[in-house]
Amino acid sequence: MSRRLEVDVAIIGGGLVGSSAALALRGLGFSVALLDKGFCGAQASGVNYGGVRRQGRPIEQLPLSQRAHAVWPRLRALIGIDGEFLRSGHLKLARDEADMASLEAYAEAVAEQGLDLELIGHNGLRERFGWIGDGIVGASFCPGDGHANPRLVSTGFAAAARRAGVEVLENTAVEGVTRDGGGFALEAAGNLTLRSRFVVNSAGAWAAPFAESFGEPVPLSRIYPSMVVTEPMEPVMSVNIGMEGGGIYARQVERGNIVVGGERALPLNDPDLSRPRGDGAIAIMNNAAALFPGLRHAQAIRFWSGTEGAMPDKNPVIGPSETTHGLIHAFGFTGAGFQIAPGVGEVLAELVRDGETQTPIAAFSIGRFRETSARTDAGSGAGQNQEPQH
Amino acid sequence: MTGHPTSERPQPLIVGAGPAGIRAAEALVAAGLRPLVVDEAPACGGQIYRQRLAPDGRSSRDLYGSEAAKAETLHRDFAALDGKLDYWPQALLWNLRDGRADIMIEGTSRQVAYDGLLLATGATDRTLPLPGWTLPGVFTLGGAQIALKSQGCAIGSKVVFLGSGPLLYLVAWQYMKAGAKVAAVLDTAPFAAKFNLLRGLPLFPGIVLRGMRMTAELKLAGIALHYGVGDVRIEGASKVEAIAWRQDGLEHRLTCDGIGYGLALRSETQLADLAGCRFAFNARDRAVLPERDAAGRTSVPGVYLAGDGAGIAGADAAERAGERVALALLQDRGLPHDAARAAALEAELARISRFREVLEAAFPFPAHWVRDIADATTLCRCEEITAGEVRAAINRFGVHELNRLKAVSRVGMGRCQGRICAAAAAELLAHEAGRGIEAVGRLRSQAPVKPVPLTLALTAQQEAAE
Repeated sequence: MSRRLEVDVAIIGGGLVGSSAALALRGLGFSVALLDKGFCGAQASGVNYGGVRRQGRPIEQLPLSQRAHAVWPRLRALIGIDGEFLRSGHLKLARDEADMASLEAYAEAVAEQGLDLELIGHNGLRERFGWIGDGIVGASFCPGDGHANPRLVSTGFAAAARRAGVEVLENTAVEGVTRDGGGFALEAAGNLTLRSRFVVNSAGAWAAPFAESFGEPVPLSRIYPSMVVTEPMEPVMSVNIGMEGGGIYARQVERGNIVVGGERALPLNDPDLSRPRGDGAIAIMNNAAALFPGLRHAQAIRFWSGTEGAMPDKNPVIGPSETTHGLIHAFGFTGAGFQIAPGVGEVLAELVRDGETQTPIAAFSIGRFRETSARTDAGSGAGQNQEPQH
Repeated sequence: MTGHPTSERPQPLIVGAGPAGIRAAEALVAAGLRPLVVDEAPACGGQIYRQRLAPDGRSSRDLYGSEAAKAETLHRDFAALDGKLDYWPQALLWNLRDGRADIMIEGTSRQVAYDGLLLATGATDRTLPLPGWTLPGVFTLGGAQIALKSQGCAIGSKVVFLGSGPLLYLVAWQYMKAGAKVAAVLDTAPFAAKFNLLRGLPLFPGIVLRGMRMTAELKLAGIALHYGVGDVRIEGASKVEAIAWRQDGLEHRLTCDGIGYGLALRSETQLADLAGCRFAFNARDRAVLPERDAAGRTSVPGVYLAGDGAGIAGADAAERAGERVALALLQDRGLPHDAARAAALEAELARISRFREVLEAAFPFPAHWVRDIADATTLCRCEEITAGEVRAAINRFGVHELNRLKAVSRVGMGRCQGRICAAAAAELLAHEAGRGIEAVGRLRSQAPVKPVPLTLALTAQQEAAE
C-alpha cells in the first residue's frame, strides 16, 4: 500500500529539536510532517540526563540558550504538561583551586549574558549545601537553571505537535531525499512518498548521511552517555549538580530517585543501541557515594544509555544548508541539546518563515566544516543518494 | 573458592542451581569441563526444590511431598559434583556483556570471563492487579510456598489461595498437609476447564492422577473449592481481612488473614536479553521469550537456555532441558557427546510440551480481567502507579508500545524492573490500544538485573577469568 503526502515542511527526526520545531511551525500556520525511524523522543532526547542548564555552555550558545530558557517555564501552556521541570538552580563544583579558577574565569566571561552566576567558597558551600561531602573547594551557582524529565518532555512535544495537527509518522524511516524544481521528495518506510517545500534535518546521530547527500559532509560522531538511577530517596539534593572538568553529574527527580551520569557507555553490535559498561557504572556509583554521603546506603536500580550525535568542536550544526535552498540542519548537540532544543525549534520555524532569525547562530553554520571536509561539488550528490537510514 | 579451569579457555558459566542448572552442570562435569555455577540462593535446588534455611526436623517428604525423591536426588547429585566445578551461592549476576559477567558476591563485584553461557534462571509468579493485592498478607503462590519450604511458616492463620495453574492446588495441598488452616481455594477458571486434564492422561497419567488426588484430599479435608471466580477484591485497612468475589452471578465474601495468589508463572528473561538473544512472542505463555532451538541454543552463539527461564514447562522438563543443552554446548565445542541421549531427551521434552498445552487449557490465564481493573488499583507496585494513571498516560501520549509506556508512565522503572508488573502492563496496554498482546512488545532489560548497592566495590579479576 503506497501513500502520498504533501506538506510545507518535512522534519526528519522526532527528537526534541524536531518535535519542538514541528509545534512551532504549526503555530505559524505551516503544514508539517514529522518523521521518525522509531518513536518520537525515544533516542537521545528522551534518554538523556535531563539537565536544563545554561551554565557551562560555550559563550556562543548562550543567546540561543537564553531563548530556550524562556520556553521551559511555559511548558504546561505549550504542551499540556510541565515535564517535571524544576528551576532548582545548577551548582557546578570545583574539586581543586584550578577548577575554581576555571569557574571564576567562566563567570567573568559570561558576566553580560544574564546567567546571574554566584561563586561560592568552601564555607558557603558547607553552610548551604551540607549534603555535599568533603573535598569540594567551591562552586558556581546558576539559580535560574534546573532539570526536567526528558522522557516526558520530548514525548510531550511530539504528542502536542500531533494534537496541533502535525502529521506525526513514527516507525517511518526516511530512505531518501531528493530536491527538484518545486521542492523536496522524500521516500520513507511503508511506501510513503512525501513532497515538501522545506526539509529540516534534525536526525540527531543519524543526520550526517542526509547532509552528505546534499554535498555537505560533516564530522558527526557518536557518544554514549552512561546513567545510573537510585531507588527513591528522601528529598535531599536541592539543586542540579555538575562538576568542573567532567566527572559525575546528579539530580534528584520529583519521585525521589537520584539520577547520576558520568563515564561513557559502549555501543552494542547494533551501533544504534548502547549499554553502560559494568565497571563504568560501578565507577559512577562509587563516585556518587563518595560525593554525597547520604547515598552511601542507597541502591542502584537501573542503568541506561543513549546514542547522541557529537561534533568535534562541541557545537551543534544549526542553520540553512549552503548547497540546497529549503534544507535546514539542526543536529550534533554533543550531549548538551536538551535545554537548548525548545529554543532551536523556534529558530528553525523562523528560518522556514523568514529565511533568517534574530538569534545569533552563525557559529553553528554547517559551512565551518567546508574546508576540513573532502567536499564534492555542491549539490551534485543531491537527488542521487538513496542510502537507507536505519 | 575458585579452582582452576581444565583448559586455557574460560569456564562455561551456568546461572541458576535449580533442576536445569544442576543437570547441565552434571553433564558438563561428566564431559571433563569445569563449569562455574552462580546462584542467588544459599543452597541449590531452585525455587521448586528450595532447601530449608536450617535443619528444622522436617523430612524431605514433609517439604516436597510426592516430589521428595526428585528433590533428594538433585541435591545429592549436585553435592557429588563438589570439587569438580566452582559453585558460588548467594551470588547475583547483575550484568552481562561480551563474554564477561559482573557478579556480586559478599558485597563486592567480580568480573568473570566465560566461554559458554547457560542460563537456567527460572520463573516467578505471574499476576494481574486486583483491589487490595498490595496489602500485607497477600503473597504470590510461589512466595507462600517459599515461606513454607524455606522458613517453615505459613502466610496466615486462615489462608485463601487464589488464581490459576497447577501451583494453586499444590500449594493449598502443601499448606493443608503442614497443618495450616486453608479457608478456600478460588480458581479463576470454570470447573469445565478441568476436563481438559483428561486429555493429559495418556501423556502423564501419574501427574494427572496425583492432581486429582490432591483435589480430592482438599475436599475431604472440608476445604471449599470455588471455580469460575471473578471480580475479586481483597479487603483490609492495613492488612488482609477478607476476600470478596463474584461467582455464577452471586457475591461471596470470606474472612482471612493470608492470601496466596498467582496466575501461573512467567519466565525470568533479563539475562537472556542482556546477552543479546533474539526474542519472539510465545502464544502459549502469552509472553515475549528468548528464541531457542529444540536443544536450547539461542540466536547468540555460545549462549544457551534451559528450564522455566526460557518458557514455562516445569521442573521435570527443566532437568531434561538442562542436560540437553549441556550436550549442545559440548557438541558446539567439538567435544564428544551422546547424540542418542540428546534425541531421547528432546523426545521427552516434546511430550512434556504437549502436556503443557493441556495444562494451559485446564488452567487458563484470565486475560479478560484486564478490562475490569479499576482505575484506583495499583498496577506498578515499585513506582506506585495505578491502572488509571497508566490508562491516562497511554491516551495522553498515544502510546502503543511497552517501552514507550514505561517512558511516559514509569511502569516497570522501579526496583523490580517490571518483573512483577510488566505482564499486567502489557495486557492493559494491548487492551487500551486495541492491539493484540503480541503487538505491544516487551520491556528491554537493563542492568542491574536486581538492585545493587552504590558502594559496590569492584574487585580485581578473578582466577576464573584467567
